Amino acid sequence: MPPRDRQDMSDISVSMEKPGHAPEIAGGMASPSDYIALLKPRVMSLVVFTALVGLVRAPDHVHPVIAFTAILCIAVGAGAAGALNMWWDADIDAIMSRTRKRPIPAGRVTPKEALAFGMTLACFSVGVLGLLVNALSAALLAFTIFFYVVIYTMWLKRSTSQNIVIGGLAGALPPMVAWAAASGSVSLESVLLVAIIFFWTPPHFWALALYRADDYARAGVPMLPVTAGPDETRRQILLYTLFLAPLAFVPVLLGYAGIAYAIVSAVTGAGMIWLAVAVYRQRTGDEAVRAARRLFGFSILYLFLLFATLLVEAVIPGI
Amino acid sequence: MADQKNPPEPPKSDGVVLSDEQKRRRRARSIAIASVLGFLVLLFYVVTIVKLGPNVLNRPL
Repeated sequence: MPPRDRQDMSDISVSMEKPGHAPEIAGGMASPSDYIALLKPRVMSLVVFTALVGLVRAPDHVHPVIAFTAILCIAVGAGAAGALNMWWDADIDAIMSRTRKRPIPAGRVTPKEALAFGMTLACFSVGVLGLLVNALSAALLAFTIFFYVVIYTMWLKRSTSQNIVIGGLAGALPPMVAWAAASGSVSLESVLLVAIIFFWTPPHFWALALYRADDYARAGVPMLPVTAGPDETRRQILLYTLFLAPLAFVPVLLGYAGIAYAIVSAVTGAGMIWLAVAVYRQRTGDEAVRAARRLFGFSILYLFLLFATLLVEAVIPGI
Repeated sequence: MADQKNPPEPPKSDGVVLSDEQKRRRRARSIAIASVLGFLVLLFYVVTIVKLGPNVLNRPL
């Protein structure tokens, strides 16, 4: 290889190193639990749960072993995306109080180890899903990982206040990946599941960002409360919630869901709107922080209840 | 003259010496990787049986 080409290749490898990325450590100090932490287990559990709902609600019967394989690959793919996110974001993770104990900023895992770990798992999860389940679900999983790592983490997160709105698509896709794994296709119902998570993401994250705005500002992440101010964020939270609650009722109108889902969706949707109105009205002091915390906490319960009801209705027909 | 023919050997280095804690963590990582690889072998075996069923034995010779 000519020296010029060799130089170019080394330039590429250097460009993958972000300056001021993490403390200098020798590597090889991590325990398995540090690598598990790189997978963002809590995010992974939400991905597994929503994917399970997509898998169970898909019209085609799928063998339990194939179903297990699909869910495992989706979970590992989500974990790979989380590891690559931590690799890229180690510099801002070190600044924010919520994330500074993560393995890379804490100095237990080197950025190179995290990059290798994330890329290996991403390739394995997509490859195994394609080989053992089907090509469409593998392609969707690859797109999900790409969208989360490249579009959201590397591009949108540090450049626009709409970062979590657009980037939320990556977190919303797992039910569709699982649906495709079970049926080999996608349908309107799977799109609806994606849409519910997609429009749930902004009020969920902005509620958190309202009382973590200082953290995001210090790290230079242009979250909406930082760029547009808390009042505009409260208005956006309310608008998204007013759209989300009726959207979450659409499966009932289209005949995809039964009476149990109708009741849960209506009651919890009203709860979301109630709490979003409280966030909109309470603008100062501890009461404003409490209102944002309540909405953040309830939004997790809201999504869980919606999908759990869909799961139960699919497993026990006639509810 | 003798010194020129046989220059003094550089001091022997033990290389990177791992502490007990580092050895323990390396062993834990090795066991975890071995477990994952073993699980993958089992998964591919079971999925092959599930996908092919009795046809797993039915192949032209």
